[in-house]
Amino acid sequence: MDLKDLYRDVILDHNRQPRNFGALAHSDAHAEGHNPLCGDRLTVWLRFDGDRIADIRFEGKGCAISTASASLMTEAVKGKDKAAIKELYDRIHVLLTEPHAVADASLGKLAALGGVNEFPARVKCATLCWHTLNAALERSADAVSTEE
Amino acid sequence: MATALATPPGNFDAERVRRDFPILQQHVNGRALVYLDNAASGQRPLAVLRAVEHYETHTHANVHRGVHTLSQAATDAFEGARERARRFLNAGSTREIVFVRGTTEGINLVAQSFGRARLGRGDEILISALEHHANIVPWQMVCEQTGCTLKVAPINRRGEIELDALLGLLSSRTRLVAVAQVSNALGTVVPVERIVQAAHSCGALVLLDGAQAVAHAPIDVRALGCDFYAFSGHKLYGPTGIGVLYGREELLQEMPPWQGGGEMIRTVSFEHTTYNDLPWKFEAGTPNISGAVGLAAAMDYLESLGLEALAAHEQRLLAQATAALERLPGIEIIGTAAHKAAVLSFTMRGCHPHDLGTVLDSQGVAIRTGHHCAMPVMTFFDVPATARASFGCYNTEADVAALVAALEKAREVFG
Ligand SMILES: Cc1ncc(COP(=O)(O)O)c(C=O)c1O
Repeated sequence: MDLKDLYRDVILDHNRQPRNFGALAHSDAHAEGHNPLCGDRLTVWLRFDGDRIADIRFEGKGCAISTASASLMTEAVKGKDKAAIKELYDRIHVLLTEPHAVADASLGKLAALGGVNEFPARVKCATLCWHTLNAALERSADAVSTEE
Repeated sequence: MATALATPPGNFDAERVRRDFPILQQHVNGRALVYLDNAASGQRPLAVLRAVEHYETHTHANVHRGVHTLSQAATDAFEGARERARRFLNAGSTREIVFVRGTTEGINLVAQSFGRARLGRGDEILISALEHHANIVPWQMVCEQTGCTLKVAPINRRGEIELDALLGLLSSRTRLVAVAQVSNALGTVVPVERIVQAAHSCGALVLLDGAQAVAHAPIDVRALGCDFYAFSGHKLYGPTGIGVLYGREELLQEMPPWQGGGEMIRTVSFEHTTYNDLPWKFEAGTPNISGAVGLAAAMDYLESLGLEALAAHEQRLLAQATAALERLPGIEIIGTAAHKAAVLSFTMRGCHPHDLGTVLDSQGVAIRTGHHCAMPVMTFFDVPATARASFGCYNTEADVAALVAALEKAREVFG
């Protein structure tokens, strides 16, 4: 078990200075995520441009893995549409949970989360932001579909 | 801490005690295991493992049910364990010793049997703000079922129950006071004698949650004067899935059973069922027999160490660890009561407790991180979680040093 593999420089950097941190004014959707086991809380705000995420911000209290994962996620999904986000999430999920998964170059900075794979107790920390994002996306879909 | 330093050096030989615990002889992540999660669960000494093994290999059968030799031997072992638990608590009679799965089940038993039958609108149950969820949720459930009200005595910034406020909340409406003797999240030792006295003078009963107290000091339920006392075997180096609820005989006698089934009945017909005597009235179904045997062995073991000497040893470790952590930059100790058990909750600036737990684990140091089943305590101190090191009979000064070194490592990683 190698700590450096979990706490890579990219992770420590995004933990110390999370990107896109703080509430987003005039958001189209938001959702709150909570991991009662460790007390992590997270809010994700979205603004759309058609089907694409024009802007995304988050705020919350959590461990380094959860904060860095959220920060990296906001950078990665900005400008993407729902289909692309779903595809990205599936690949991240494989990276975090499948034994011996290796990150391919297309994941970019998100590849830094690869070390979490060896720390099963910490996988939930890394996925909290993605579940919250999915909830916000679903809510926006609901909101659209229930509109008069 | 001053009191802890004032305790005489004593002759408690934790190194020798350590050899009684096979699980501690291992390496975790390449380092000698340093187990500092005793408030969550203690480890088992050989004496307990052997007692359980002996029972399982020579004695096991169902209890109270047969005339054959093993059934009688198993019954003797099980009832012998009950007598052992009676002595451990200095209860007056084995009729007052109900075997349960643990503290949680003991409290639920009182809540459902006593609470549901006796409480109603206008009645109040009083707890404190430092309780474990196991001493909160069962009472909330009773309140929902009966319409009675839950009152909560506040704590102060040191993590001590505000005694005046608690006394102020006592009234003729108070039917039951349920408090921990020692807080698992903060280590606070609660002045339960004082609370018992005040509650009784208002006509209220008292349940003590002894989960964190039993492994650290001799318990005398008659001296404490409490009406109910609940604890878990696994916190005193016994097996999981076994614990004890002590209840004063007159009270248990009047309380209805809470679960129905075999063992708890005298006669059953479709028209009418009569219940068994105490304590079996509260023990429906086949009990955890080997667990009770292991628990009895754990009590023997614990008393053989000398509870006074053990308490002094743990206080020394607590004082050393507290002093060491106070010297580390960015560490804040949560729970600074004047009287504490060997539980040290803390946070480190810039490093979430969860990350701390992972870094310490990589160094072979096992601590607990999270809310410790005491979310209201976390809310009070405005932290999402804490890291908690808790000491037991096999911990040594070297373990304190390993904790400190691992915290320095965390500081190195997180800058
Ligand atoms: C103060 C306190 N009460 C109750 C419990 C619940 O004990 P158990 O889970 O063994 O039933 C615990 C255990 O963590 C505790 O520390």
